Amino acid sequence: MSPLLSVRDLRVSFPTRSGTFQAVRGVSFDLGRERLGVVGESGSGKTMTGRAILGLVRPPGRVEAERMALGGESILDLPESRLRRLRGARISMVMQDPRFSLNPVMTVGRQIVEGYRLHTGTSRAQARDKALEMLAAVQIRDPERVFHAYPHEVSGGMGQRIMIAMMLAPDPEILIADEPTSALDVSVRNEVLRILDRLVRERGMGLIFISHDLNLVAQFCDRVLIMYAGRVVEELPARDLHAARHPYTQGLLNSLPRLDRPVDRLAVLQRQQGWRDAPPAGTP
Amino acid sequence: MLTVEDLNVWFGHAPERVDAVGSASFAVGPGESFGLVGESGSGKSTILRAVAGLIDSWSGRIAVAGRPVAGSRRSRGFHKTVQMVFQDPYASLHPRHSVDRVLSETLHLQGMDRIDARITRLLDQVGLGQGFRFRYPHQLSGGQRQRVAIARALAAEPRLLLLDEPTSALDVSVQAEILNLLADIRAERGLSYVLVSHDLAVVAHMCDRLAVMRAGRIVEEMDAASLRAGRAQGDYARALIAASAGYVREA
Repeated sequence: MSPLLSVRDLRVSFPTRSGTFQAVRGVSFDLGRERLGVVGESGSGKTMTGRAILGLVRPPGRVEAERMALGGESILDLPESRLRRLRGARISMVMQDPRFSLNPVMTVGRQIVEGYRLHTGTSRAQARDKALEMLAAVQIRDPERVFHAYPHEVSGGMGQRIMIAMMLAPDPEILIADEPTSALDVSVRNEVLRILDRLVRERGMGLIFISHDLNLVAQFCDRVLIMYAGRVVEELPARDLHAARHPYTQGLLNSLPRLDRPVDRLAVLQRQQGWRDAPPAGTP
Repeated sequence: MLTVEDLNVWFGHAPERVDAVGSASFAVGPGESFGLVGESGSGKSTILRAVAGLIDSWSGRIAVAGRPVAGSRRSRGFHKTVQMVFQDPYASLHPRHSVDRVLSETLHLQGMDRIDARITRLLDQVGLGQGFRFRYPHQLSGGQRQRVAIARALAAEPRLLLLDEPTSALDVSVQAEILNLLADIRAERGLSYVLVSHDLAVVAHMCDRLAVMRAGRIVEEMDAASLRAGRAQGDYARALIAASAGYVREA
């Protein structure tokens, strides 16, 4: 079966006063109906990878790739009008902080209805039913009340669930979730993850889960890409993350304080110049 | 070092009054490191801010080194004893003040002598070195800014540091460096810490004892060993520890 999404040698660069800055330097991966984790520190290019797939890198930023295909069809260098039909309908993105991605002066319901109608062209009444159904699907207990609420009237966890409901209403094949739970408390976090998990299993959606939290990714995802300085330095099954071989991955894991393993001093990551350029571990 | 008894903190006036903290009590001994954990909105940062004198709508008793404080006015002596480090290193430094100015102004305000020599020592102590002395915040990474914020707090040679989520805005590798630095400073100077964090593993690593907060109240106090072992008395603390352990897939 061909993958949902196939990316080869993706590069994102920005011109700066001191030359070109390469945010993503040759990232390749395939996404199937799975939970793919992308981990790395700030500035490693993980968010830019997600934005490039959605065509959200604005000029003067440049996106280049050998291939970027959605279901076998190239999505590289599409005109904005074609991208718009793709975005939301077939690939969606949930950003880190719901406070910045919801329109503050529009009710939650109207935002979901508007997005849904744009992609499906259904009637207002049908879209309204769909919005309520989606709000219920993300475990919002009183969908009717939340439908009429403004974003400031809901909590952060609720806001993130609303974002997920909105993004999933048109039934996309791929969801890119960029740190969807970093702004949330742990109890709410696990609830949001459970919703995402169920969507992958029940709808056969492909999920790209961007996160800085290695332990969470190890528990939640099927497969993990570890990014460093714009490149994938290691790829491995999530359950084997703790047996990672790349010194960067090991360093990240060791620098985390853990409840089950007291240490006197935390290990500090010693960065090596070679990590920027070496081919990913595990590739022939 | 710090005693908080029956602390209530509220914002606004009736009928819109919000009670952020309700009858919270705890004590932190000299040289001790005490953690406050809980979910967002549980009141943990509010307690720190009330102690630091950043909020005046509170009642109860707060005493630092045996001296009670009132309202939001704090004496010079208070700031020589207590200093605070904030969560966001991007917001807590003046964007147009160089590191040198940040530190010299603080030292001057504290009435210190030999300011030049002290700046050198402070920068060394937080692992920045002289190369950083005349830099501006935008020329520093998040971790470096937090080191400057820590140097500024240490300038007064305090005995108690109030740390409000000092590493939550940082990458994990940088977090490890800052936590090590804070641990070293405490060992060297015999400081007391009150550390607010939502990350139980960070608190277990840094603190001897901790209080679990929920909806403005301290629901439980325990030591770090109990936290690590998941030996909580109440349901809430137990659920919080379980949720922090991570995500468990449905079968």
